[in-house]
Amino acid sequence: MSIKERLNENVRALRPSLLWQFFAMAMDTPNVISLSVGEPDFPTPWHISEEGIYAIERERTYYPPSLGFTQLRRGIAAYYERRFGAEGYTADNVMVTVGASEGIDLACRSFLQKGDECIILDPGYVAYEPSVILTGATPVYLQLEEKDGFKVKAESLRKVLNEKTKMIILNYPSNPTGGIMTREDYEELVPLLKQYNVIVVADEIYLELVYGQKPFSIACIEELRDQLIIVSGFSKAWSMTGWRLGYMLADPELILTMNNIHQYSTVGPATPAQFAAIEAVSPKSDRDIDTHVQSFESRRNYLTAQLNRMGLHTPLPEGAFYVFANITSTGLSSYDFCVRLLQEQAICVIPGTAFGASGEGFVRISYAYSLQELKTACARIEQFLESLK
Amino acid sequence: MDTMQLLRLIETDPLISDQDLADALNVTAGEVSAAKKRLENDKVICGYRTIINWDRTGAEHCDAIIQVSAKPERDVGYDRIAGRIARYPEVTSLYLMSGTSEFFVFIEGTTMREVSDFVARKLAPIEGVTATVTCLQLKQYKIEGRLLEEEKRADERLLVEP
Repeated sequence: MSIKERLNENVRALRPSLLWQFFAMAMDTPNVISLSVGEPDFPTPWHISEEGIYAIERERTYYPPSLGFTQLRRGIAAYYERRFGAEGYTADNVMVTVGASEGIDLACRSFLQKGDECIILDPGYVAYEPSVILTGATPVYLQLEEKDGFKVKAESLRKVLNEKTKMIILNYPSNPTGGIMTREDYEELVPLLKQYNVIVVADEIYLELVYGQKPFSIACIEELRDQLIIVSGFSKAWSMTGWRLGYMLADPELILTMNNIHQYSTVGPATPAQFAAIEAVSPKSDRDIDTHVQSFESRRNYLTAQLNRMGLHTPLPEGAFYVFANITSTGLSSYDFCVRLLQEQAICVIPGTAFGASGEGFVRISYAYSLQELKTACARIEQFLESLK
Repeated sequence: MDTMQLLRLIETDPLISDQDLADALNVTAGEVSAAKKRLENDKVICGYRTIINWDRTGAEHCDAIIQVSAKPERDVGYDRIAGRIARYPEVTSLYLMSGTSEFFVFIEGTTMREVSDFVARKLAPIEGVTATVTCLQLKQYKIEGRLLEEEKRADERLLVEP
């Protein structure tokens, strides 16, 4: 029996992602302009990095407590209240993780097993499906629609709920659609989530990046608190992707349950990174976030205006830093559109189908680039669209 | 329209077109043009400057900051003296400061001699000026929030990320 045949059957069930296919193609394309990143182009604010450097200078390179340093856990709870109005969380509700990705994995591994169903959004972020499959549980896809702003609607949710449903993974603001959920949107779902006693994992990594209105956290819905796990991190709001730092907010009992895995698998994120994060969640860093949001908003407006002018129907997304452009008017599939755009104009965007079957007819375009870079890229996209006529 | 954001965009790139500004602000080019005109009339926008690293041009150039101590005058405080200093074309910027001296005067000249002549013959003799300290600029590292010597940071992010 070969090594491959001895693989865990859940690992064998994982499918290769289209994203990495495009990564390889982009690497082979000379002078490529990528509009496919999932991280801000701003450096980590220097005063935050400096705290990490200072921690190393002070030889704070010892093991962290597995749940995270208490000062940071307190800071995260206070930050969620200050920025999003989610009251009542304390350090006991917080676990610090190696990126939000670890949080997703911990939530899935702690609660899901063979025979369970977990609802994931389609289109949705690429890590949710494998995280569910690795537990042996079955992913069930809730199809989102452009006409609904890619929000979860009660009638769609009702169709995929049953007695096997144990968990739903939400992600608003959304990667890849840029859609958001308001209090009213969430409140529509609460009776069903309560009725089926579904564990709600809410990935709120993009929550700071909401435009034209105040962001709404599902943590503000009190009646869901006992079945809610918030997953978030430092990557997007503070440009700290490489620090690999995330956190979870949940009922203390759930936190301790998930720590049973976390304390053995990672022990916790790097100690100097946690000291940098203490600075990040302090009120003095709020201005950095606000500055980034203002900049992203201008880029979003610019890119959306350009795409619409070129004839690609692109509603103004309300969050994150992606537009999910509708390319059906070109007559091409998402995959063909992206391959040809890359081959003919050296622009890399991602087919919507990389995020689920419902992404057909769309492409994800990141606007985590300067206005000048977006302008250059848009000129090439326009040339490509002209060539299709 | 978000006027503060309009100002930030122009400050970052004074050459940006009205149409690009309109797209970035989700308004029309006409609205941008009108807003800019109003901000110029109100002296909120005082000009559109190019940042030049003169050290790189090879041209003879000498900048200095002069700390000027002065006595305030009845009714007008420091405003009359400031008005006199500001009138000289050699003075590029002028600030009333807290601290050990009253004014910071930024001077642009061609040679060190030209700068020292200006201080000795024009600035120091002004009535009310009690002392000057001339600090010659040796090298520019950062102007208007921009690092001059640092190479443009290459985008090291992965080409495709989830």
